[in-house]
Amino acid sequence: MSTSTISKKSRLRWSISDTLTIAKRDLIALVRIPTTLVFAIIQPIMFVVLFRYVFGGAIKTPGNSYVNFLIPGILVQTTIFGAVGTAIGLAEDLQKGLIERFRALPMARMAVMGGRTVADLARNLMVIVVITIVGFLVGFRPTGSFVSYIQACLLMLLFAYCLSWGFAFIGLAAPNSEAAQAMTFPLIFPLTFASSIFVPVLSMPSWLQVFARNQPVSQAAEAVRGLMNGQPHGNSTWVTLIYAVIALGLLGPIATAKYKKVA
Amino acid sequence: MSDFAVEALNITRSFKDGEVKALGGVSLQVPRGEVFGLLGPNGSGKTTMVRILSTILKPTSGSATVNGFDVVKQADAVRRSIGLAGQYATVDENLTGFENIRMVGLLNHIDKSVASKRSHELLEQFGLTDAGSRIAKTYSGGMRRRLDLAAALVARPPLLFLDEPTTGLDPQSRQDLWSIIETLVEGGTTVLLTTQYLEEADRLAKQLVVLDHGQIIAQGTSQELKTQLGNTVLSLTFASTDDARRGAELVRDISDKPANIEGTVVDFTVARGPASAADALRRLDAAGITIAGLALREPSLDDVFLNLTGHKAEEVTESPAEPAKKQRGRKAKA
Repeated sequence: MSTSTISKKSRLRWSISDTLTIAKRDLIALVRIPTTLVFAIIQPIMFVVLFRYVFGGAIKTPGNSYVNFLIPGILVQTTIFGAVGTAIGLAEDLQKGLIERFRALPMARMAVMGGRTVADLARNLMVIVVITIVGFLVGFRPTGSFVSYIQACLLMLLFAYCLSWGFAFIGLAAPNSEAAQAMTFPLIFPLTFASSIFVPVLSMPSWLQVFARNQPVSQAAEAVRGLMNGQPHGNSTWVTLIYAVIALGLLGPIATAKYKKVA
Repeated sequence: MSDFAVEALNITRSFKDGEVKALGGVSLQVPRGEVFGLLGPNGSGKTTMVRILSTILKPTSGSATVNGFDVVKQADAVRRSIGLAGQYATVDENLTGFENIRMVGLLNHIDKSVASKRSHELLEQFGLTDAGSRIAKTYSGGMRRRLDLAAALVARPPLLFLDEPTTGLDPQSRQDLWSIIETLVEGGTTVLLTTQYLEEADRLAKQLVVLDHGQIIAQGTSQELKTQLGNTVLSLTFASTDDARRGAELVRDISDKPANIEGTVVDFTVARGPASAADALRRLDAAGITIAGLALREPSLDDVFLNLTGHKAEEVTESPAEPAKKQRGRKAKA
């Protein structure tokens, strides 16, 4: 048993250790539950195949082959879907009373959410690797440098990580995991489909273009696509970073407050 | 340090901005090294009390110390000195038995190697060695409870909270859990147990508190309570409700407490079961009232409540005292 006076340093050390313990548990669950693994990996592969071979022929993307346009977009879409995992996972832990049990343990209070978001970060990293490989198999040949490819990946991971704090709030507010999934849908759907992920924004009606061009997911897709293909992408990287910081700065505290209230 | 593992003074707890009062001023003292029972029906406030003492909930008013630490101001120190397990057996279904115990160990900030060693020990102690490498989803109800309990013990806490540990279990699993709890107490652990079953409280707990609607309505050793309640219930079934009323009136003096008449069934709490039964039979026969059935049984929680409060410990399906549980849609009790 530890003593009751704990130095700040060891408090930080335990916070990190607790977060990793929870993250590991969440990752184990990801691998063991076939449906979440399918959701994480098979679904984006299906999107790749669907858009590359079914819809892609009808979509004109000036300046890029469609596959070079598509894969960066799918990567962004997939990492955002990954952030939904935070909502579902937290809702499930809450529903099953696990969060309540954690509350009676001398662990760092924030480790439950911290661990969950870190686990989803790791899962996103894995998915990026898988989709990159699948992309190469279907003809994706990014024209940018390796370094900017890595930069694009880091940008996506950061963006999705910040968003996952917003989804954490939904997970904590939802009565169960099914509801959490349903609640994220009306958010995810317009953000990913009314965006530049699958089609150029210019092909949309002008009233929709205003939203589709400026919303966070499109900006992230523009930045990632530009970096991967070595093309100019305006200030979209900065805009994405600003969106990410706002998401974390605004949604992080809201989710934390909700966590303190419900757990 | 005080002689008591738990000392609570005037704990109250309201939910929904004071609309629902789950606890209305509960004080108790739990001596070290024995089982202390919190007896009451659903919605009586037992679980709320445990949640407050285990730092999950803050009390609305009142104060409590657990192992000498204040549950609000020194919550972290309390958490390091307790284990919590209960009817919901909140184990992680996707982890193996071993991983579950080890995770709780790590979150208790035990060394990794110690946590692993301790996990193996506990699996063996709880008869889960073979199941230890299987994921908890495949476990039976009884196994889950044992795993939950094992995880609660990983850091060797001197005080254990058991919230309805056997609710919904089959008789064999219940017996198994009881002997595990007895072994723990022999080893010096203090246990605060909540239960709906008089039998369980009687078997395990030295001291008892009976809760109803968030208030303590009786306390003492289980022997004291039993004496207060009468040892046996004599249940007579009559041919008609009319006969039941007449019969109850005729033999009313076999018990010093009022009979409970429900339809054609009349229950008396009696001190000497067989003698009272024979007496009642003789007198009813002499009066020409035939009875359809007769049974002698141990007093149930219903009988306890009837005697103490004059009302039945009705099954509160919509438990207002514990709204968190309801909202979260956990499995209903068996």
